[in-house]
Amino acid sequence: MRFLKPDKTSTTKCRLRLRAVWGCRLLTIAICLTPLALSGQENTPQTRSKQDDLDKLVYKAEQERIRIVQSTLKSAISIFGPGGNGGGSGVVISADGYAITNFHVTQPCGTHMKCSMPNGKLYDAVIVGVDPTGDVALIKLFSEEPLPFAKLADSNEVEVGQWCFAVGNPFLLATDFQPTVTYGLVSGVHRYQYPSGTLLEYTDCIQVDASINPGNSGGPLYNMKGELIGINGRGSFEKRGRVNVGVGYAISINQVKNFLDYLKSGRIVDHATLGAQVFSDADGQVVVNNILSTSDAYRRGLRYGDEIVFFADRPIHHANDFKNVLGIYPKGWRVPLTFRREGVLNTIQVRLAGVHRPAELLNAVEKGAPAQRPPGQKKLPKNHKVVSNPKEYEQKKGYANYYFNELHRKRVWDRFVKVTDWKKTEATWQLKFTDQNSSTVELGLNENQVGGLFPLGPELLDLSKDLDQQLVPLGSGGLLVAAHLWKHLLQEGPEKFGELYYLGAMPLPTMQNKQEVFVAVHDVVECRFYFDSETGLLSLLELYPDEMTDPCEIYFTNYQVQEGMKVPVHWRVIWSDFEFSNMQLKELKITK
Amino acid sequence: MKDLMTNIMNLTWLLLVLLGCTTFSNSGIAHQRYPADGSFTKVVQKIQPKIIKIYGAGGFRGLESYQSGFLISNEGHILTSWSYVLDSDIVLAVLDDGKKYPATLVGMDPQYEIAILKIDVTELPFFDLSQTLESEVGMKVLAFSNLYGIAVGNEASSVLHGYICAKTKLTVRQGSRKINYDGEVLVLDAMSNNPGAAGGALVSGSGDLLGILGKELKNDLTGTWINYAIPIAELEGVVGDILSGNERVARAETIKPKQAMSTQFLGIVTLPNILSKTPPFVDHVLDKSPAKEGGLMADDLILFVNKRRITSCDDLDEELSFIDQEDIVTLLVQRGEKLMTLDLEIE
Repeated sequence: MRFLKPDKTSTTKCRLRLRAVWGCRLLTIAICLTPLALSGQENTPQTRSKQDDLDKLVYKAEQERIRIVQSTLKSAISIFGPGGNGGGSGVVISADGYAITNFHVTQPCGTHMKCSMPNGKLYDAVIVGVDPTGDVALIKLFSEEPLPFAKLADSNEVEVGQWCFAVGNPFLLATDFQPTVTYGLVSGVHRYQYPSGTLLEYTDCIQVDASINPGNSGGPLYNMKGELIGINGRGSFEKRGRVNVGVGYAISINQVKNFLDYLKSGRIVDHATLGAQVFSDADGQVVVNNILSTSDAYRRGLRYGDEIVFFADRPIHHANDFKNVLGIYPKGWRVPLTFRREGVLNTIQVRLAGVHRPAELLNAVEKGAPAQRPPGQKKLPKNHKVVSNPKEYEQKKGYANYYFNELHRKRVWDRFVKVTDWKKTEATWQLKFTDQNSSTVELGLNENQVGGLFPLGPELLDLSKDLDQQLVPLGSGGLLVAAHLWKHLLQEGPEKFGELYYLGAMPLPTMQNKQEVFVAVHDVVECRFYFDSETGLLSLLELYPDEMTDPCEIYFTNYQVQEGMKVPVHWRVIWSDFEFSNMQLKELKITK
Repeated sequence: MKDLMTNIMNLTWLLLVLLGCTTFSNSGIAHQRYPADGSFTKVVQKIQPKIIKIYGAGGFRGLESYQSGFLISNEGHILTSWSYVLDSDIVLAVLDDGKKYPATLVGMDPQYEIAILKIDVTELPFFDLSQTLESEVGMKVLAFSNLYGIAVGNEASSVLHGYICAKTKLTVRQGSRKINYDGEVLVLDAMSNNPGAAGGALVSGSGDLLGILGKELKNDLTGTWINYAIPIAELEGVVGDILSGNERVARAETIKPKQAMSTQFLGIVTLPNILSKTPPFVDHVLDKSPAKEGGLMADDLILFVNKRRITSCDDLDEELSFIDQEDIVTLLVQRGEKLMTLDLEIE
């Protein structure tokens, strides 16, 4: 780690500059309030004392504002690419050095960048994960001590007419390590900004008249409690050149929160689509006017002509509302959707599909938007060196930084194994269940032979053939294949399972805690393993024979010790919204 | 009879407007109230339903096809800026909840560059023009508009904040006039006059209407853009005139002079007058004619003759026939998206 401290005089100068700025602000406030106080009043002792009271109030409010602004400065970072190429702003969001910025800021910087903080230190940082569509990037600063970080607000509570302020590095002025503060009004909320010729799309964003200039990109937007409400990233400029014209946009922090656990996976993350298009009809209803029969929404029952009423618990009055809600969710999340058909309301849980093909995202990351180069760009402070031996970085096609994917995969697995380690168990597992009809279900799992006894008869897998053609027993969506892969993961672990990566964490409708997800491909089928973020235990396995078919879901609960192993005793098997089986494990036999 | 009643009602209304303005202008700045927590959320919520997003002509060659306006009556009258956007068969007015209504042009005034539209809805919240506040330099203001067309669908208009920096007249008269309005304007420190913002509402911190946002205006010499609004007080008369249908100023002369003006005399050749209402487009101007000297050009559309609105070639001939050849003829023409005032005289 390299720390670069500016000399004392420069820091003092900065403080003085800061004071001067606030001095001016104070003057402005005073000027605007004076006519209010003085109009039509004589200069009597009474009015003088009123004036004094008002001065005190103004002073007090001013001090409070200074205190709040000062408290937010600590977590601001100014980003500079290696060799002074590009740059922007950012904000630290956790003590271990994770920081949020814009994708279009990190992109020209490559994998590593320099970040200065107002404490006078220059940190090396590495890219962690990127969201090219939403223009968000997660980076990590290397610091031995915990770093000050911003408190995240609920950006749905932001209202037009509230005051706000942006902290950042406009025109890359922060070569003295001190960020710039700009103050303004929230001009609009839940704004939808069309993609500007790239993948980049701003949905549900916050519009402000605080000055957002080139270099402010990626920096924090705060409410007047000093809580982070958004990430500044875009402005309307057009014919007036690349300077602020009173219109800046910030990505809502709620959107960033949704993507955060995905970004930590080191991946290039994708946004979501419903697989259906909607429009606002003449009666002001939002109606489905196109739907893919292969989409999850279709399989859940949504049809052409249905009126969308709620989406992800937000009321939908206009097609714009719908796009705004959709834009803040990552691919793969499940969100509730309420629609009306013939006067009847129905609520479904929809799995959101990805918007882009992996190649499109990769292309956007490799080529993508041009680097943002503010005018009057300055060189980096002296003593700056490019990291010769990059830490915490591993290149792999399709990832922003594979190092973090492995890190989290290992973390999740190690935690699970700590509770229940199946690696050294014998080769054959025999499980005996009783289902909801008190019928017996038996599973026999071995690497070479997989079979089961079900109420409707015996089933056997031919492991030499494609597994997606053997989704037995009928109506389960592939329970036997799922059970086979469950054992395969438990015994072999993620390294030997096949192609397996860490997706990130997401909430699930039926579960209290967030779930950490492994996505794995074995043979020709895709498996998703969900680990409870609180207990570390495997709570759900989904088996997808292909993208257009509903998965077989096995919900594992009630972990108990049997045969010396902690094993889920309750298995609930669901396929296409139907409960195939609700089984209690009665006996587990592990033999050679 | 019905017309007479309407006229009486309109006159009463106008009287009320004028009375109201005098009463309230005295209260001045002491009338302003600021919210205790310093935010303007309540004011914004009160104002936004009165702001209209207007969509019409444009959408090519860098011309935006949208602008702003606000409701000024219980009958759906909208005050907006007069521009090419309204030069369309279908002008749409969109409310803050996304509801769309076709708007018809009630009237306009090229001097003030304002127009009044009407939508067929009543009982919407509106700005009572009798409740406007006199603006003063140093006042905190909020500017509501659909600048950059940001507010799509059911999104409410954008709000910017600032202060009134000056009350002054704009001297932008080099060459062709960029704006026709020559009265007092409120100069703002907010970036209020962006594309699409023209016709938006300027209100005080307590939500009282102060002015209408002007068009984009750039100083060609310095390259600076100015942000300004026309004070509502300046528009009282003209708004009343348009609403009462009296937008046409009276002719200076009521009797046709013996030596009257004509298009031939001025050297103007219009499009062949073959329709019942052929628009008065200039086909070409004759060399060394008053029209040529005065700067009239082919393809100019003549809108006004001596401040009287004309809509056809017949109107043009009729209007000129009341002007003596000795007098100056002032034409207001539209050239592309620009409005120009030209003085033609015989030497």
